[in-house]
Amino acid sequence: MLEIKDIEKLAELARLEIPDGEKETLLEEADSILGFVGEIQKLTPPEPAKETRIIRNVFREDKEPHLSGEYTEALLAEVPETEDGYIRVKKIL
Amino acid sequence: MAINLNALTIATAHDCLKHGDFSVTELAESYLKEIEEKNKDIHAYLEVFGDVLEQAKEADKLFEAGKTTALTGTPFAIKDNILIKGRRAGAASKILEGYHATYDATVIKKLKAQGAVFLGRANMDEFAMGSSTENSAYGVTKNPHDETRVAGGSSGGSAAAVAAGMALAALGSDTGGSIRQPASFCGIVGMKPTYGAVSRSGLIAMGSSLDQIGPLAKTVEDAEIIFNAIRGRDPLDSTSIELETKRSTLNAKRFVVGVPRHFLAGDGIDKEVLANFDESLKKLEKAGVEIREVKLPNIQYALACYYIIMPAEVSSNLARFDGVKYGLRAEGADLLDVYKQTRGQGFGREARRRIIIGTYVLSAGYYDSYYGRAVALRGLIEKDFKEVFASGVHAIATPTTPSPAFKIGEKSNAPLSMYLADIFTVTANIAGIPALSVPSGFSEAGGKKLPLGIQFTATAGQEQALFDIGKKFETIK
Repeated sequence: MLEIKDIEKLAELARLEIPDGEKETLLEEADSILGFVGEIQKLTPPEPAKETRIIRNVFREDKEPHLSGEYTEALLAEVPETEDGYIRVKKIL
Repeated sequence: MAINLNALTIATAHDCLKHGDFSVTELAESYLKEIEEKNKDIHAYLEVFGDVLEQAKEADKLFEAGKTTALTGTPFAIKDNILIKGRRAGAASKILEGYHATYDATVIKKLKAQGAVFLGRANMDEFAMGSSTENSAYGVTKNPHDETRVAGGSSGGSAAAVAAGMALAALGSDTGGSIRQPASFCGIVGMKPTYGAVSRSGLIAMGSSLDQIGPLAKTVEDAEIIFNAIRGRDPLDSTSIELETKRSTLNAKRFVVGVPRHFLAGDGIDKEVLANFDESLKKLEKAGVEIREVKLPNIQYALACYYIIMPAEVSSNLARFDGVKYGLRAEGADLLDVYKQTRGQGFGREARRRIIIGTYVLSAGYYDSYYGRAVALRGLIEKDFKEVFASGVHAIATPTTPSPAFKIGEKSNAPLSMYLADIFTVTANIAGIPALSVPSGFSEAGGKKLPLGIQFTATAGQEQALFDIGKKFETIK
């Protein structure tokens, strides 16, 4: 069974502000969902054989880069706050 | 001229366009008129694009030049989590308020290359999380067969648009049934391809080991045309693969459909759904298909397995929405507070719920007993399916959903009961195999006829078996 402080801890880990009034309902719902999915714990699955799947390099070769700045304008146009071609954020420290 | 949209399929529309019975512009105008009349009630579209007729004119030029392919001029509804360059895309979430896509999804590039016409952005559950579109931040989509009921989800807008004649076809995405379940609720065809068969570059990610883009259409043939247009390996999606083209199964001595009876025995399944399913099997049998009982020993754990793996991936995929790079930014005291406020205000309740569950099952101390175990079980379920298919079964059949479309509001405050709507569909995503939902008849409720669907599942890469049996089923019903 979860407690309110667990919900608060998880919300902190997930960088999620949860309004006070919603914590109780979220707690109840999370409990019922975890109760349901927890049924798999009743089962002791035989350790599945560790099959080696086909391993291949999924990265492209590091060559033929696109022109520097080619996408900058389009991408920055979607940023909520910019300054002189930089993304502007609140002070961290 | 008035075009009879009801009777139109992609193939017949293409013929008419080719013969000059009507132009793409006239076809697009007819759909815009339907949208104008019906969308205010059904709410399938979040936005109808302003340049539909310009797109149609470009497609008309292709017909004039004789440079057409199967989808030239086909009017599509596109789910709001698939990017079209320069247009709004939002996954029906407030956190992407104001966001415009900076590139085309690969599936969009492929459709554009054929000269398809995009009518608008289709409504969905926020970030594709839900089975009813009630989790959309912009209001619910209603079922065209009964407007007091849901269209299903998460691709509910896509399904309702096609079912109500507001689009000839649509693209959706399917993480645990999000194409097949709304297709079934709305009485159309919906298909989830093999994991990797269709590139997901430009699809706003939900559960990356489960997500696939696929077609919603009026006939199996239409779904096949779309699937063949969008499939293929793509360097921009490292999980994408080139499917070997497998041979049609129609020449097999006898098409074998497996039925996991033991999985249909639960009391959560509507009697009418079961009766309709049995009737469908009888029809198939009469048409020369062998019906064989099969065992999938771990299938009853698929739903629990799904509701661990999916939120785990959700909590990780949705970490990118932080108010810095795009969309909504809320005010906060410092950067951390900006993250928290933005995410708290921008995500709806279901998204928040799944992020919390996902964070829990991945956290130290619970990882092994939840996520680790779910992944191990997933391997077992995959193996069970492989064994059944290896025994000579071409497709496994179940109902697509345990009930017909439910009432709006009926399950919106009971997340767990909403999750149970996915019981038959999540298995294909868990096992990475293709599945197709085909309309199988109706159930009566309150004087309204509610569509039902039958689902066929095949082994990885064997989409052709699904199209074969799906078309056969369409002709005998």
